[in-house]
Amino acid sequence: MDRDQVLQLHIPEPKHRPGELADFSHLRLPLAGEIRRPPIAASAYEIRDLAYELIRVLDDEDRAVGPWAQPLEPAFLLRGLRAMMLTRAYDERMFRAQRQGKTSFYMKCTGEEAVAVAQACAFECGDMFFPTYRQQGLLIARDWPILDMMCQVYSNSADRLKGRQMPVFYSSREAGFFSISGNLGTQFSQAVGWAMASAYRHDRHIASAWIGDGATAEPDFHYALTLAAVYHAPVVLNVVNNQWAISCYQGMAGGDESTFASRGIGYGVPALRVDGNDFLAVYAATRWAAERARSNLGPTLIEHFTYRAAAHSTSDDPGRYRPQDESAKWPLGDPIERLKRHLVAIGAWSDAQHAALVAELDETVRETGRRAEALGTLNAGPLPDPASMFEDVYKEMQPHLKRQRREAGLEPGGTPRPAEGA
Amino acid sequence: MAAMNMVQALNSAMDVMLGRDPDVLIFGEDVGYFGGVFRVTDGLQKKYGRERVFDTPITEGGIVALAVGMGAYGLRPIVEIQFADYIYPAMDQLISEAARLRYRSGAEWFAPMTVRAPCGGGIFGGQTHSQSPEALFTHVSGLKTVIPSNPYDAKGLLISAIEDDDPVVFLEPKRLYNGPFGGRPDQPAKSWAGHPDAEVPLEHYRVPLGKANIVRAGQAATVLAYGTMVHVALAAVAECGIDAEVIDLRTLSPVDVETIAASVDKTGRCVIVHEATRFSGYGGELCALVQEHCFYRLEAPIERVAGWDTPYPHAFEWQYFPGPDRVVQALRRVVEA
Ligand SMILES: Cc1ncc(C[n+]2csc(CCOP(=O)(O)OP(=O)(O)O)c2C)c(N)n1
Ligand SMILES: [Mg+2]
Repeated sequence: MDRDQVLQLHIPEPKHRPGELADFSHLRLPLAGEIRRPPIAASAYEIRDLAYELIRVLDDEDRAVGPWAQPLEPAFLLRGLRAMMLTRAYDERMFRAQRQGKTSFYMKCTGEEAVAVAQACAFECGDMFFPTYRQQGLLIARDWPILDMMCQVYSNSADRLKGRQMPVFYSSREAGFFSISGNLGTQFSQAVGWAMASAYRHDRHIASAWIGDGATAEPDFHYALTLAAVYHAPVVLNVVNNQWAISCYQGMAGGDESTFASRGIGYGVPALRVDGNDFLAVYAATRWAAERARSNLGPTLIEHFTYRAAAHSTSDDPGRYRPQDESAKWPLGDPIERLKRHLVAIGAWSDAQHAALVAELDETVRETGRRAEALGTLNAGPLPDPASMFEDVYKEMQPHLKRQRREAGLEPGGTPRPAEGA
Repeated sequence: MAAMNMVQALNSAMDVMLGRDPDVLIFGEDVGYFGGVFRVTDGLQKKYGRERVFDTPITEGGIVALAVGMGAYGLRPIVEIQFADYIYPAMDQLISEAARLRYRSGAEWFAPMTVRAPCGGGIFGGQTHSQSPEALFTHVSGLKTVIPSNPYDAKGLLISAIEDDDPVVFLEPKRLYNGPFGGRPDQPAKSWAGHPDAEVPLEHYRVPLGKANIVRAGQAATVLAYGTMVHVALAAVAECGIDAEVIDLRTLSPVDVETIAASVDKTGRCVIVHEATRFSGYGGELCALVQEHCFYRLEAPIERVAGWDTPYPHAFEWQYFPGPDRVVQALRRVVEA
C-alpha cells in the first residue's frame, strides 16, 4: 500500500452525454436460448448466476429458442401484440393532448410496453398489481377501457378519481390495479403485505409490484425484499431497468456496480434478469416466478432490462442529458417490432395485417379520444363537482370539512361559486 | 446588481458560496449535470466540478444522512429534495438526527446543512407536487425553517442558511420561481422583470434569519404571510383598499415575534394567511403568539386563511388555493368586527 495515497471521491458518470455518440458495445448480451431454465423450487443461491445473465427467447432470426421458449398459441401472442400497440397508440394520443393544453401532464412507456403487457398476460385474473406510473400496459392488457383512462388523464366529469389525481396516476380495484402514488417506491413493499394477506386467507391469488431502476435506491425496495424473503410472500417483484431515472443513468442507482437482479440474492430472493424488450422472455420469466409464488415457494425478483425510449414525462427533455442517438442505438430493439417479426416468421401475421392493425388502433384511440373529450378536459371542462374535493378525506366527512365546504361556497346542491379568478 | 428571477437568485447564492467556501457541496436528485428539474443548480457542476455538485440516487433519507455525516466531518452541504412532497422518507434523518445532533452530543457535533425543497401549489401538480409541509419542520426543535418570497430575499436568506451552523429547511415556493403571483390564475402570468425585489447584487450578502420584513406599512390590520401568500395578501389589500400592514415572515423558525407584536399592537387586528392546510398549521402557532403578546390590544378575533384540510386536488387547484378573495373577506371581517 502506498502510504502517501490520498482518498478520492468517486462520482459515477454515464459513458456518453449530449454531443457525443451513444455506444452500448460494453453490454454483455447472452444469445437467445443460452440461459438455463431452472426448476421453480431452486433457491436464490443455486440460481445466483441468472441474476447476472439475460434471459432471451427471440433470436436474430425472429425464432423463439431455448429452454425459456414455451409453446404459445399465435392467437395469444397476437393479443399481446395488440395490447402493446394499443398502449403505444394511446400514449401518443395522450402525449399530444397534453401538448394541446387539454391536460397538465403525461408520461409515456414507449419502448417498455412488453414489460407490463407480457406480465399482465402471465398473471391470472384476481392477481393484484402494485404498479408505478409507467405500467399503463397492465390496464390495457387486462382490457380495461381506455376511455376510463382518458377520463382520468383529463380529470373530467367522468373521472372515477374525481379530478383528485394528476394524470396517469390511475386506480382500478376492479382491474386489480392499485392506486398509484406520486411518491416513488412506496407501493413496492405494500405488495408484500397484500401477498401475505392472501396467504393468511389461504387464497390462490398472488401479488406483483414494479419499481424503476432509480427508485430501487428508496428504502421501500429493501423493505420489500426483506419482508418477502422472511415471510416467503407469494409476490413477484419487478425492477424495470429502463436505463434512466429522469436525467440520472442507471449507474447512479448502483447499476454499474452490480445488476439490479443481483440485489435479490443477498436477501435470499431468487432473481432473474430478462431482456425486457422480448415479449416471450418477459412472459416466460413471469410465468416461472408466478408459479413459484402460487406453489408456496415464495418471492422472485425480476430485473427487466429495457430502455426508456421517450422523455421521462411531458416536463422533460432528454436531449439535455443523453446522446441524441441513444434510443436508436439500443441493442435490444423495440418490443413491438420484435414480436411482430416473430409472428410474421411463424406465418401467423403479415406486414399488411400489421399496417391494418396500426390504422385500426389509431382510429380506435382517436374515436375514444373524441368521446373522452366530450366528457371534459382539464382546460375546458366539464370537470367533476368541485364540492367532491371535501369527500373521502375520511369515511365520514368531519365537521370542520363541512364548515370549510360551506365557506368555499360549495354546499352540495347550492350554486357553486366560480373558482377564484375563473 | 442584475435582474434575476428566483431561480437565478438561488443559483447565484450557491454560486457565491461554492466560490467562497471549499467546504460547500451540493447534491441531490438530478442536480448535477442536468442542473435540477427546476434548473436551480444549472451550470454549477460545470463551473465547480463533479465532486462539488453531484447527482444522488433517489433516496431522500440517504441524502440527508449523507449531509449529517459530511457535516460531522466538517463540510457544509446543501442538499436538494426535488419536491417538498418527497421529503418524508428523510424525516427520521431530519428530526431524530440532524435536529438533535448538537443537543445530544453536548454540542460536540452539529449539522450545518441546508435542505432546499420546492413547495406549494399553483402548477397543477396534484397532491404530490403541491404540498406546503412547513409546520412539520417548525414543530421540530433544533431545525430552522425559511421561506423566501422574492429573488432578493431568496439569495440573501439562502446564503444565511448555508452559513448557519444549524440545519435549515429552506422551502422555495415554486410558483414564485419565475414571477410574483397574486393568486389570480386568469390574469396573465407576471415575470420578475422590473420588480424592485428582482434587482439582486451579484456578490455575497445576507438577509438575516429570524427577521421579518414589512412589505406594506398600514394602520387598519396586520396580515402575516410568507412565500406565495405574501403576493396574494398584497393583491388582496390592493383590491379591497383596506390599509393593512403586510408582513412577510421570511423565517418561520426562529420567528420574528417583535415585528409581529409591534404591528398587531398598532393595528389591533390580525389576519394570518398560509397555503398549507389549516388544522395544526403554522397559523395556529402565529395565532397563539399574537394572543400571548397582544391580547389586550386586539380589537377583533384573529382570522386564519389557509388551504382546506384536504389533499391538494389536481382539477380544483383554484378552488383549493387560498386566493385574494378569501383574504379580502377575512380582512373585512377583522376591520368590521
Ligand atoms: C420519493 C420521491 N422522490 C423523488 C420523486 C421525483 N421523481 C419522479 S420520477 C423520478 C425518476 C424515477 O426513475 P425510475 O425509478 O428509474 O423510474 P422511470 O421513471 O425510469 O420509470 C423521480 C426522481 C418522486 N416522485 N418520489
Ligand atoms: Mg428508470
